[in-house]
Amino acid sequence: MAKKLMKGCEAIGEAAIQAGCRLFFGYPITPQNEIPEYMSARLPQVGGTFVQAESEVAAINMLYGAAGAGCRAFTSSSSPGISLMMEGISYIAGAELPVVLVNIMRGGPGLGGILPSQSDYFQATKGGGHGDYRLLVLAPSTVQEAADLMIDAFDMADQYRNPVMILGDGLIGQMMEPVEFKRGIKPEDLPHKSWATTGAKGRKPNIINSLHLNPEELERHNWDLYKKYQQMQKEVRHDTYNTGENVDVLIVAYGTVARIARTAIDSLTPKGHKVGLFRPITLYPFPSEALIAAAQKAKKVLVAELSTGQMVEDVRSHIAHLRPVDFYGRAGGMVMGAEELADRVEKLIAG
Amino acid sequence: MYNEIVMAGFGGQGVLLIGKLLAYAGMKSGLEVTWMPSYGPEMRGGTCNCTVVLSDRQIGSPISQHPHGLIVLNLPSLDKFENSVRKDGVIIVNTSLINRMPHRTDITAVPVPSNEVALEAGSNKAANMVALGAFLGATGLLEMTSIREVLEETFAAKPKLISINHACLSKGYEIGLARKPAQAAQ
Repeated sequence: MAKKLMKGCEAIGEAAIQAGCRLFFGYPITPQNEIPEYMSARLPQVGGTFVQAESEVAAINMLYGAAGAGCRAFTSSSSPGISLMMEGISYIAGAELPVVLVNIMRGGPGLGGILPSQSDYFQATKGGGHGDYRLLVLAPSTVQEAADLMIDAFDMADQYRNPVMILGDGLIGQMMEPVEFKRGIKPEDLPHKSWATTGAKGRKPNIINSLHLNPEELERHNWDLYKKYQQMQKEVRHDTYNTGENVDVLIVAYGTVARIARTAIDSLTPKGHKVGLFRPITLYPFPSEALIAAAQKAKKVLVAELSTGQMVEDVRSHIAHLRPVDFYGRAGGMVMGAEELADRVEKLIAG
Repeated sequence: MYNEIVMAGFGGQGVLLIGKLLAYAGMKSGLEVTWMPSYGPEMRGGTCNCTVVLSDRQIGSPISQHPHGLIVLNLPSLDKFENSVRKDGVIIVNTSLINRMPHRTDITAVPVPSNEVALEAGSNKAANMVALGAFLGATGLLEMTSIREVLEETFAAKPKLISINHACLSKGYEIGLARKPAQAAQ
């Protein structure tokens, strides 16, 4: 397929189709409405089904059911809508079902605003719903990467029987960039799911449930999940820019802010400043070993986020004993400019 | 080559569309491109804008604090963005609806009576195309053939509109070319 100019939201929708997903359940909310809009037009063309649910709570439970039946399915929402889904996400994690969730973040808390934000990092990476569970969390920085990660997300969800979240923001969702779909998967070519509730004719019934009243059994389940999350550690991904040699400052940023950091770095390099970028692509599992290696080649570290400081806690937990970690954040839908970030880096270099 | 362009006007004037055409034509010309709309809560008749970045290398920020080029179709947009434009930048001013020129003297301002020119060509609605043509004339940023190609693809479902839009692009281009600053020859 040739390169097309698409919005991030549309590319995420098309990527789901290319991943063999034929079911979408969701409820509208800005700034991700182009995803359900796209799916509502595109799914019927490929024999799929689009359902606009009566609420986010309904949508996530429809997704629970579809995943239990062994189908590739996803939902998308934005921050307040994702909060409404949290109970269902916890149940899905407990029942070990593969689903893909897309959160195109906007400013919070509460109804907040509709502009880009990265203030759901804690919610995405530390649970959000109740219970001892984890999501695989992928943070795209370009429209092409959003599409590629969306396809990978379905594979990872199936592999680990675990919910996978694409964590973008309003900028990633609304921006148009060229995108190319290189990998198309047909639903009929997907591996068989022996655990799915597809009708028990000729075999023992499969049971999908997150209720374990026997504490010994539930503890076993908790440790089994823990082992799975340990296995997921091998999925860590990150990207770097300009980190070939020792740097004065290493910027750590993901998604939208990582792009802004690239532009800031390009403006600082001609001034003789050596500044690199470390960009986690998986937010859970967090690429801690690679971060430690990159930080050791830097004099100082600056974490930049569209929040008052969330990922910075993970960064500090891994490298605070090695390097000073500073933080720069904008919040509430305000997006930092490249020059603003570059100024902050220059101040940090000057000490 | 690295260029940030902001287009702004009233909702309905087609600033998002000319931004898309510019980005699409940039992509077809082998450039890296981004198109980013303002999507804040706007009321009907309110202002809207988009930012296009064209570059021969991977693009970082898709938003611009200091664009190289600015196309403004109404006065509130000129008021809002005039001071953000980079020194030696280009501002296309739709003088049909804007009763002043930029105060700045360190930029090239190109007055374009977009609505009058468009009306003459057959449709007031194509004023955005006049402004886009003027921008390309004044900057030489992309070949007109690439814009014409994507225009025809974009309007494939409405073939009646293609010739008017071509005419508006051409008239705007001539106005812009006459004002092209020497250093923007590339």
